[in-house]
Amino acid sequence: SPETEASDVFEAEVNKTPRSKHWISLGSEKEIDEELLKETREKLMLKLRVDRIFRLPICFSDHNSADSKDSHLECASYQDSRFNIKKLQSDFGIQAVPKLQSNSTQTLRMVPKDAFTQYEPREFSNEELENILQDESLKNCCATQTPRILHALQQEEIMNVFIDDWKALGTGLEAGEWSGQVSDSLVLHQIFTNQKYSKDKKISCLNWHPTIYGVIAVALIKKKEEQTEESPLLVPRPAFIVFYSFSDSSNPQLLLECPDDILAFEFSPSNPNIIVGGCVNGQVLLWDISVHVTYLQAAHPGSKKAATNPDTFDLNDNGENKTPVVRFSAVSALETSHKAPITDVQWLPQTFEVTGMGLPVENKMKVSVQIATCSPDCTIRFWDVRLANLLIHTPLDRRQTDQKTPITACSIPETFKHLDRTWKPLFRVSLPKIDTKGEYVPLKFSFEHYTCSTEKDTENKWTENLPDYSQLRMPLTEKLKAMEDVNTKFFVGTESGEIVYTDWKLESDESGRPRSTKPLLCFNTHQWLVNTVQQSPFFKDIILTTGGWNFAIWKEGVMGGPLVVSQYFEQECTVGCWSLSRPAVFFIGKQDGSVEVWDLLKNSSEPLQLHAHISNTKITCMKPWVVSAKQHFLAVADDLGVLRVFEIPKTLYVPSRHESLSMKKYFELETENLKDYLRRKEIWTKQKKEVEELKKM
Amino acid sequence: MAEVEETLKRIQSQKGVQGIIIVNSEGIPVKSTLDNQSTVQYSALIHQLVMKARSTLRDIDPQNDLTFLRLRSKKNEIMIAPDKDYFLIVIQNPSA
Repeated sequence: SPETEASDVFEAEVNKTPRSKHWISLGSEKEIDEELLKETREKLMLKLRVDRIFRLPICFSDHNSADSKDSHLECASYQDSRFNIKKLQSDFGIQAVPKLQSNSTQTLRMVPKDAFTQYEPREFSNEELENILQDESLKNCCATQTPRILHALQQEEIMNVFIDDWKALGTGLEAGEWSGQVSDSLVLHQIFTNQKYSKDKKISCLNWHPTIYGVIAVALIKKKEEQTEESPLLVPRPAFIVFYSFSDSSNPQLLLECPDDILAFEFSPSNPNIIVGGCVNGQVLLWDISVHVTYLQAAHPGSKKAATNPDTFDLNDNGENKTPVVRFSAVSALETSHKAPITDVQWLPQTFEVTGMGLPVENKMKVSVQIATCSPDCTIRFWDVRLANLLIHTPLDRRQTDQKTPITACSIPETFKHLDRTWKPLFRVSLPKIDTKGEYVPLKFSFEHYTCSTEKDTENKWTENLPDYSQLRMPLTEKLKAMEDVNTKFFVGTESGEIVYTDWKLESDESGRPRSTKPLLCFNTHQWLVNTVQQSPFFKDIILTTGGWNFAIWKEGVMGGPLVVSQYFEQECTVGCWSLSRPAVFFIGKQDGSVEVWDLLKNSSEPLQLHAHISNTKITCMKPWVVSAKQHFLAVADDLGVLRVFEIPKTLYVPSRHESLSMKKYFELETENLKDYLRRKEIWTKQKKEVEELKKM
Repeated sequence: MAEVEETLKRIQSQKGVQGIIIVNSEGIPVKSTLDNQSTVQYSALIHQLVMKARSTLRDIDPQNDLTFLRLRSKKNEIMIAPDKDYFLIVIQNPSA
């Protein structure tokens, strides 16, 4: 029954109740005793009396006794060396762990592979050939296949089925080139102007960079009105030569700093990093841009866009926004410079150099090192950029100049350190008038660029190693070979519109002093300032001159006068330049901002093309440039400081058939005409004289 | 022998023919009017081409076969007439 079961369970449980065991002390009660907190003494009670006003509240706060030294006394513990126990035994556990390293090797299985194979064709021996040729099947083959072959050959003869008629049409012009619009007039390519640098300025001279594509340098000068307005006390605004690149038409890529306005500058034909400039104060300046030329080379479309992205973190960003400025490396000595502004400057070609008397001698280094400058102070001076041998022996002077300008040493290239402020010309040429007293006032000149007959490389004019101008030294003139066939005569255009033909070689006069010879010819063709005297790129004896209201073409050796003289135009002819690819074509810029294209073979009294309103003001400079066989540009600069680049159309740069030959004949014809005319003139004047004398009698 | 010579003469007399080569089915030249080096080069290369052309045509249509192959290039034209055991190669410059 459930009751008895429950009682059984109850009993079992009662029986199973564990009896408490006797407690054996293992020392734990001692630990507990130690842990217990027992009071060893009575709590201390302190009664304090605080002087205070009755019933005001009092506030107690904690104070650290360690904060102040005298608030407590302590007996600090210290380590007593008497009670040091040296540990002689310590328990360690060590386990030996086997180091496991996983390694693998592989044996190289050399597979035999053919390094070379030489084979020769299978051929039949002569007996086999004999057998085969007798073979019936060969005869059959020939018999059956020959008609097929003949049929095919005949087809070929009858008609060429594979000719492309469409393509064949284009063989007259360049095959494969088809442009929708072929224009035959100048097409504007780009306009360059900059608010900061070209505002209120006009361009006095422009040059294409000889090697870098799409880079043009212009010299900006103040307009005349501004010059008179500025009071002499004010420091003149620094003048610059600005480099523009095709990739950016409103920001210059590089600036050349000038002490004053530059009227003419030129790149050195041997090293396009060296530039010479003529200043309005008569000094000659030299720049070396080799450090900064990377800015010009980098200025290609695409790279400029990357630099102007403001989000990209570019370490060169600080330099990109500001145009780099190159200060001039050297300036000529003030005492020996021109006394009037330098209006034209040219490098002598690398084929010869001149001595102190103007004698042409060989140029051993084949580097252009000499410069000719002309100025309205009636002299033409020749300069040499090399260090003269005399200066090497005076190291003291050089050290002095070093101390004077310590700041500039790092920023200006030291290429022309030896010239700075002590540069003197080699010699000067004066232009005494032929018939009267006085001198001609030169503005522009042009001499023949002598080319050695042995020089073949006109393509590779720019060698990889650009000559280092700082290392060049003037050789002793006695050691150089004289060059007899260099033409030392040259044309000069003057302020009054005369064209003077003279020799730059000096002769010794009675007292032994060097003196210039009298010019050989002088013609007053232009009535006013001559602004261009340029040799034709195709004929070294043909010169184009513009000045006043007309232009003229001269032939060297023809003593009677110019070959071709244009009519007097309404507008002044302000600049002229020959085309670089067509011997008969040249460009004339006018006072009213128009550009005329002349073709002597087509019409010598009217321009071929007239582009009116190229600019609103007068055209100051014009220079053509050939970039590639299909890209010809013409840079036109005006009085407002704006530079325009035009693309010359194909009709104006592709020469017509035998153009060179035709031009030669044309000039010969004109020479004959001139001679004829002069002869007749002589006869007429003689006749007139006779008539007069008869009358008197 | 005579027939072969006659064949060659007939073809050679045509305008602009630069060379004739007779090659056997394995690509070994049998007769040629060109120098040895050119002959060997032409026969080896053209043999491969003919084999390829033939197999191409027969793959497309097994009933078909190559009868004539004309290779026109910028400078000249190569005509190949294949036969059972041999093939004839003629090089012609049509504009000459």
